[in-house]
Amino acid sequence: MTIEIKTATLEPIRNTFEHTRRRFGDKPASRYQEASYDIAPENNFHYRPMWQPDKLLNDTSRTAVVMEDWYAFRDPRQYYYGTYVQARAKLQEVTENNYAFFDKRGLGDRLSEEVKAKVVRCLIPLRHMELGANMNNVLCSAYGTSTVLTQAFLYNGMDRLGIAQYLSRIGLLLDGNSAEVLTKAKDHWMTDPAWQGLRRYTENTLVVEDWYEVFIAQDVVLDTLVYDLMYRQFDQAITEEGGSDLAMLIEFMQEWHKDTSRWVDATLKSTVAESDHNKELIGRWVAEWREKAVADLAPLAEIAVGDDAVNACTEALNQRLAKAGL
Amino acid sequence: MSNKKLNMKDKYRLLTRDLEWEFSYRDRKEIFPQEDFEGIKITDWSKWEDPFRLTMDSYWKYQAEKEKKLYAIFDAFSQNNGQQNVTDARYVNAIKLFLTGVSPLEYQAYSGFAHVGRQFGGVGARVACQMQSLDELRHVQTQIHAMSHYNKHFDGFQDFAHMHDRVWYLSVPKSFFDDARSAGPFEFMVAIGFSFEYVLTNLLFVPFMSGAAYNGDMATVTFGFSAQSDEARHMTLGLEIIKFLLEQHEDNVPIVQRWINKWLWRGYRVLTLVAMMMDYMLPNKVMSWQESFEVYFEEAASSLFKDLARYGIEMPPYAADAIAEKEHLSHQAWSIFYNYGHAAAFHTWMPTAQEMDWLSEKYPNTFDKYYRPRFEKWREMEEAGERYYNPTLPMLCQTCQIPMGFTDMENPTMTSYRQSVYDGERYNFCSNGCKDIFDHEPEKYVQSWMPVHQIFQGNCGGPEMEDVLGDYYRINLGVDNLDFKGSPDEARWNGWHNLQSAEDKLKKAS
Amino acid sequence: MSKVYIALQDNEESHYIVEAIEEDNPDVTVIYQPAMIRIECEGHMVIKRETVEEKMGRDWEIPALHVNLITLGGNVDEDDDQLSLTWNN
Repeated sequence: MTIEIKTATLEPIRNTFEHTRRRFGDKPASRYQEASYDIAPENNFHYRPMWQPDKLLNDTSRTAVVMEDWYAFRDPRQYYYGTYVQARAKLQEVTENNYAFFDKRGLGDRLSEEVKAKVVRCLIPLRHMELGANMNNVLCSAYGTSTVLTQAFLYNGMDRLGIAQYLSRIGLLLDGNSAEVLTKAKDHWMTDPAWQGLRRYTENTLVVEDWYEVFIAQDVVLDTLVYDLMYRQFDQAITEEGGSDLAMLIEFMQEWHKDTSRWVDATLKSTVAESDHNKELIGRWVAEWREKAVADLAPLAEIAVGDDAVNACTEALNQRLAKAGL
Repeated sequence: MSNKKLNMKDKYRLLTRDLEWEFSYRDRKEIFPQEDFEGIKITDWSKWEDPFRLTMDSYWKYQAEKEKKLYAIFDAFSQNNGQQNVTDARYVNAIKLFLTGVSPLEYQAYSGFAHVGRQFGGVGARVACQMQSLDELRHVQTQIHAMSHYNKHFDGFQDFAHMHDRVWYLSVPKSFFDDARSAGPFEFMVAIGFSFEYVLTNLLFVPFMSGAAYNGDMATVTFGFSAQSDEARHMTLGLEIIKFLLEQHEDNVPIVQRWINKWLWRGYRVLTLVAMMMDYMLPNKVMSWQESFEVYFEEAASSLFKDLARYGIEMPPYAADAIAEKEHLSHQAWSIFYNYGHAAAFHTWMPTAQEMDWLSEKYPNTFDKYYRPRFEKWREMEEAGERYYNPTLPMLCQTCQIPMGFTDMENPTMTSYRQSVYDGERYNFCSNGCKDIFDHEPEKYVQSWMPVHQIFQGNCGGPEMEDVLGDYYRINLGVDNLDFKGSPDEARWNGWHNLQSAEDKLKKAS
Repeated sequence: MSKVYIALQDNEESHYIVEAIEEDNPDVTVIYQPAMIRIECEGHMVIKRETVEEKMGRDWEIPALHVNLITLGGNVDEDDDQLSLTWNN
């Protein structure tokens, strides 16, 4: 057998799966495309869910948002499982080194009592909010439509658990693993008036049934405000008060937020651009949740950063919404 | 500051369990509305024992390591055209069945575990389920990627998701998972986490994947074993949920027992496909279905149920029926598919003389007595140019949806046949297990999307078989279906290896 | 007594783990199958971090076992130093 014959007979008979050919044309598809588009079951479900008999197992009517094609979305990061875990593992490795360095050099001891107390009161209780964010994103993954969206929700949900765990580890770094800080921070979350607005907001999001509304309340509105407040403004404030070493412990959250924002923005923009119906609906949700979130966050913003802080993060949110056409 | 060292348990408790708080602005029941309707009583979620204490940082780290290895092999496989190295092209049909029948179940598992990963009221259980959800997403995606290269060189892989929602025999695995997902969250866990993951998936993944290795399929064995490395966590979770439910309240015991009975039978019926993959579709054999059933079901399940006896849980009554069938199952399944080879998106064939001898040796009590004569007859017909295809549409079991081809174990030449009447309608079943499952929840199983009924009712593309198979199922007729002999797959394979097809050889000889 | 078991992918790292298991559990049976190694034992089996580290000559953590693990049978208990499998019957 000659080499020429061998290459000729090994010519592929098709370039990709049919589901990707139909959508993207007859050419080799990316791994992201092959494993994300049109792979969810859509037809001929056998039984109605006993937990929601008025719906099908996979049902586009679990949100009031309407899309002609639920696969019109695209994750700009093109995360499928493999690329997702590898991106996070990279970030995790850097973070692990930072935490180990902080610990080994005893950098916690260099923080003043005031700075420490402020971190315990203003930052660590966020671990509970992150658990709420975990539940909310997992809900969107479970009841949302189309893998391009639902997989990203699951990644986001697991990221939030990871962030809750990093915040807890900051607490343990500050008290030499005695867990006193975590207990104190939980008390703040449960009883400190500065936190009650945010806790109420979080509990309220946990009872929302429309998954797209959950996405708005959590990932769009609350996260934009909180991440700007804590990981930009609070970071600056603490640095000015001599706590610049904290920065290496929250780098993960900053990098993560940059990464996830690309996906949140793209998702929001595509949905809003779809129709006036969606635009009007989402506009209403945004307005309702923004009003609550700004009011609920104000007391925390004031003690964490200062008077103007809540206005600054509202500005960040408004800019973001404007980019999406809202 | 001198740091106290935290052990794994304490660390996990602080980093995961302690994130939870007592809700006060909202009622717990509003946040976890699905916890009560199945009759399961949970008195204290804090008694949940975390089956593995994995935090997200380690999860990312180890999973990324696995993925890196896996994709390096996928790349090498396609760059080196590894598809040429499988034992023979018939083998590839086993993985067509895998991609169309099993991979979409991984997708369903991803959705199902996300659902319970939100609904359970205890953070430990939720997080364990969420990680499993993420793993299951991994499995479906790595399987698609592993098969992506095969899809470029063989027929039958190309439209797996479309087919899974429609094709008659794929309705067997699909209805199984739809059944589990439509149940309440606790039943889902007993169905999938315990019965399927803990008791049954070893039968699918371990001997079959070892078989893939033995048949030169580097891509499949790699994703198979890499997926299994997550499975050990899933199995541990499956066992934990059972123990947790049984320890929470004695009223849970009979409910859990009934679920175990139901789901072991339901899952076992789905594995019929695996039985025939092992005995008929692997050219190089590692072990027979019967042998793997004995190791991974009989032996493993008896250890397990002995362990659960202290809670008052017993081996399901249908286990005896499954054991009685072990010498018959794969032969009956392959007969069904050989009969309906024109309506399948993969190729079927009669085993070679040598393969039949292997079957006689492995199944001394049954193969020569019940199956060889039929198979030899079919082979004769084929040699005479009259390959047998069954032109009728089969009657399906209302529960498992497999054509009624299983026989009575007391009298293995008689088709096993059970009936129930519900709301004035008559329903048919293949076994006691399937009939009992229906009788307990008839209002659920009358909903089944039965492929044959749907064809008769005109819901599958049109009245002619070509409409159903070609337009509705999107099988490329004359390409994806029919016998392996004479298929484009065979012709290409022979081209790569400079082989002549059996037919050409015959022609030349005459 | 029921048998607990563990199966590992047949590769370099697993060979060290198998060696360690054999040392800590003298009664195990090791079965080589295509691409995998199955290790079984009556009632109980333990994989100790320290022994594996000694065989490998480097640091090794228990969760790293999962990278090569195919399946297991028995009640699992995992902590920083070991993973054990037990049947209580």
